Amino acid sequence: MTGFTTLLYKEVLRFWKVGFQTLAAPILTAMLYLLIFSHVLEGHVQVYDALPYTAFLVPGLVMMSLLQNAFANSSSSLIQSKVMGSIIFILLPPISNFAFFAAFVLAAVLRGLAVGLGVLLVTVFFAPLQFDQLAWVAAFAVLGGALLGTLGVLAGLWADKFDQLAAFQNFLIMPLTFLSGVFYSIHSLPPFWQQVSRYNPVFYIIDGFRHGFFGMSDVSPWLSLAVVVGCLCALTVAALLLLGRGYKLRV
Amino acid sequence: MSPAIRVSQVTKRYRELVALAGIDLEIGQGEFFGLLGPNGAGKTTLISALAGLVRPDAGRLWVMGHDVQQDYRKARRQLGVVPQEIVFDPFFSVRETLRFQSGYFGIRHNDDWIDEILANLDLTAKADVGMRALSGGMKRRVLVAQALVHRPPVIVLDEPTAGVDVELRQTLWGFIRRLNGEGHTVVLTTHYLEEAENLCGRIAMMKNGRIVALDSTSNLLRRFSAHTLRLRLEGGAPLPALQSARAERQGDHWVIAFEHFSQVERVLAEIRAAGAVVEDMTTAQPDLEDVFVKIMGQEELPS
Repeated sequence: MTGFTTLLYKEVLRFWKVGFQTLAAPILTAMLYLLIFSHVLEGHVQVYDALPYTAFLVPGLVMMSLLQNAFANSSSSLIQSKVMGSIIFILLPPISNFAFFAAFVLAAVLRGLAVGLGVLLVTVFFAPLQFDQLAWVAAFAVLGGALLGTLGVLAGLWADKFDQLAAFQNFLIMPLTFLSGVFYSIHSLPPFWQQVSRYNPVFYIIDGFRHGFFGMSDVSPWLSLAVVVGCLCALTVAALLLLGRGYKLRV
Repeated sequence: MSPAIRVSQVTKRYRELVALAGIDLEIGQGEFFGLLGPNGAGKTTLISALAGLVRPDAGRLWVMGHDVQQDYRKARRQLGVVPQEIVFDPFFSVRETLRFQSGYFGIRHNDDWIDEILANLDLTAKADVGMRALSGGMKRRVLVAQALVHRPPVIVLDEPTAGVDVELRQTLWGFIRRLNGEGHTVVLTTHYLEEAENLCGRIAMMKNGRIVALDSTSNLLRRFSAHTLRLRLEGGAPLPALQSARAERQGDHWVIAFEHFSQVERVLAEIRAAGAVVEDMTTAQPDLEDVFVKIMGQEELPS
């Protein structure tokens, strides 16, 4: 257990020490999105009845920042220590694969939550904060962070170089998060793209998360929960299998 | 008592390249063991297999009786590895680095031992300095410290003195010798043959993924190297017939191998009897470098 808690603590300290870049920067980015989109689109885009666009946008932005930073944390930590060689410091000790995995994912969740909370606090200046069911908010925040943290572990294990990881981020993570209903309700999309969005797991994370804020969503939060938990389980199994095989770590 | 390290029939190949071609090796507890060989001989691969960083294609390895694959948690607890490359985590200070490393091995509150390691490696003044700010030699010391935080009974050092100044070498070997004296098994790879000669009780030489020589250091020296007498005679005179059969000509010098110093007397007497005068003379000790060059030049393992 000490192995796990130490690795977790180290992973948290790693992003905390460079918090300007890992926490403050993404919060500023989200604030800029909010500033621009709410200013340009407020009153032009009709989402749910009587819900101002800016209020609608807030949970999406919070979740997008949370997910991207959860992914960035585990993936960049792994690729950095692989490229620098310092990964051996955690490969030589008797840390189990599960402890290894759990520490990286949990640290990713914590970074995601920290950024998400920061974004949420900043948005208070733009739209009144409201919660309908806090339990859904918390559940999707944690599960979403864990899902992307796990994906980050997979990407970090797979990538040998920084540019491969950047490709993963730009060609998979960015499209998945942007095409998930962060900036719109998928009901405002043409039927074809509505259908496509339903195959995007990130859509369910954001939709379920938003349900916690407004009690309104495109699909049932229970469906979203099932999809997110299912994806998380599948990716967890994949990551543990790769770690068990020593994929690219123990050659 | 199980051996500190046991390697049985270990092979490893990377596509075309055979890194380990069937290694068998046993290292007893408390030994100071040297693993020598040219670059690419397979030394680091063997160490990595021992540390669980490389999975062998076949064969098994044990550390203090624990299989490094099946019983990996126990095996890794017994082993401290100083890697060849200088690697570090730039985010943390020396002390943080060592505390984390202790934690990974399940040890909390290890500061007493950490302080002792720091003092022994002359790192105390750098304890709270960030890893990024350390010089190469200092980073190397931290690597050694990291390998020792869990007081491993078996310590493996993979070329720990490559590119390291004399002072650190002295400090390091002083400390490692002490640990060896306290019962820790030490395995060392190095390119400095002098170092291996001074430190190691037993030596294995590797070439192309095989162990081509394995013996006590003194036996290796005796078998493959000898005391030599190197001399020049006045006016470039030839050696008396009796000696020239055993001697080797190097420029205007003669090199004569001998086993005991009593033989030197006889050589000189014969030269004197032949009326020649010695103009210049030196003697040389048996030298691991000789052994190394001879063994690496051979095709087959001598019995």
